[in-house]
Amino acid sequence: MSTATTLPVTTDKKTDTLLDFADVQMTFPDGTVALSGVDLTVKRGEFVTVVGPSGCGKSTLLRIASGLETASHGTVKLDTDRIGYVFQDATLLPWRSVQANVELLAELHKTPKAERLAKTKEAIDLVGLTGFENHLPRALSGGMRMRTSLARSLTLDPELFLFDEPFGALDEITRERLNDELLRLFAEKQFAGLFITHSVSEAVYLSTKVIVMSGRPGKIVDAFEVPFDMPRDPEVRFTAEFAALVGKVSHALREGHN
Amino acid sequence: MADSTGITPTLRRRGRNFGPAKVGLWGPPIALLALIIVGAYVANALLGTRAFLLPQPHVVLGKLVEPKTAPDIFEALGNTAIVALTGLVIASVIGIVWAVAMSQARWVERTLFPYAVILQAIPIIAITPLIGFSFGYDFPSRVVVAVMIALFPMVGNTLFGLQSVDRAHRELFRLQGASRWTILTKLELRAATPAIFAGLRISAGLSVVGAIVGDFFFQRGTPGIGALIAKYSARLNSAELYASVLVASLFGVAIFLFFGWLGRRAVGKWYDFG
Repeated sequence: MSTATTLPVTTDKKTDTLLDFADVQMTFPDGTVALSGVDLTVKRGEFVTVVGPSGCGKSTLLRIASGLETASHGTVKLDTDRIGYVFQDATLLPWRSVQANVELLAELHKTPKAERLAKTKEAIDLVGLTGFENHLPRALSGGMRMRTSLARSLTLDPELFLFDEPFGALDEITRERLNDELLRLFAEKQFAGLFITHSVSEAVYLSTKVIVMSGRPGKIVDAFEVPFDMPRDPEVRFTAEFAALVGKVSHALREGHN
Repeated sequence: MADSTGITPTLRRRGRNFGPAKVGLWGPPIALLALIIVGAYVANALLGTRAFLLPQPHVVLGKLVEPKTAPDIFEALGNTAIVALTGLVIASVIGIVWAVAMSQARWVERTLFPYAVILQAIPIIAITPLIGFSFGYDFPSRVVVAVMIALFPMVGNTLFGLQSVDRAHRELFRLQGASRWTILTKLELRAATPAIFAGLRISAGLSVVGAIVGDFFFQRGTPGIGALIAKYSARLNSAELYASVLVASLFGVAIFLFFGWLGRRAVGKWYDFG
């Protein structure tokens, strides 16, 4: 097949697989090959994390999955139209309050006002921003901006949640806290996740599966199932098994890099 | 939940400091003004028979309360203000529509932008005869001059504002399948508001300049302060001349400050409007 197809399957028979990449290649107009031969699936109940060096096309993967870009080769199947997308930055509209920012997506979908307000309130509660509804983004810390961004996506009730290195710019403590909140949301809201990061320990801690990519062109070089139970115990991070798995993933990352 | 990362930084307010800092801010320009006033008296004394060229400051200010001249000056200023305001409103509407049109497609921008630049580059004096032919020699032509002088900053600033929208913000809207109209009204125009107000502030000052320039060429009907300046200058009424120039300048400054204030009111909560 020479052209890529995105098939939003909207049958009543829901399959287990939400997102399926088969032999996906991405070549940019300038000839740069960002992705090559990528096979990847995200099933319901899964939280898949992709780690890889900077510029390996990790973000391109999400952009293709969300429809912002079209793959130049291969097939992409998507079995849901409820997709949450969390960008690297919080991408809040600076003139809108927390409340109005969280309302935005429902507003764009022309959701009736009562339902929109209910969804917004629920989402703000879920990320722990109750009481900050009237704050403007510039009065918030980086962590709170990211929470607002998460809440905004939560109003869509996503079945598939795409995260593009969302916590990369935050300090370590805030990042760990948000990791725990994300795990709690994952347990509570039952979405499937595809999470991009360059932190190996974050990847192992958050996910049910870790995928390792190599540098340009981005290729999947290894994949690891994460055996720890969900909901995940924060203490798991201090066990020998956790350290061993982080070591294995780091090793694969280093191999792929060379 | 107010977590450890939830510290609300105190918003810094600029220009709200009182006390010694305020003296530091206003002291130097006031000192310079005092120096200029003293210089005017000294020059007046030294000029001897030609002292009428540079009247003493208190004589100039006196003209602004003198029953013989003050009504003329302020009436003319009022007429100028009407021309400037009309010109500014028209320039803002045309400027914003022009910029929005250009922001919608590359080819529209390529087609229209050169004309914005040409408009800006036209020496207004060179085309005043043409304006007179088409629009007559009173109010409409004065407004046309004000519009032509005030238009470019509105076009340029609005276009810049519309085009400086964050790429991720655009994608956020695209992901939800937002229409072009929705993106324009909920994202682009909102994001461009600070730039539009910055343009408005510049254009407001220019529209006053345009109205005064218009007065020089189109003196029928109820001309404004420009016509008065021309009259006083022809009669060598230097004190009246200085008084009119002073009033016109203060009006320009007041307009500039007003639109600065308006801009801060409109977007100051989320944008540091200069």
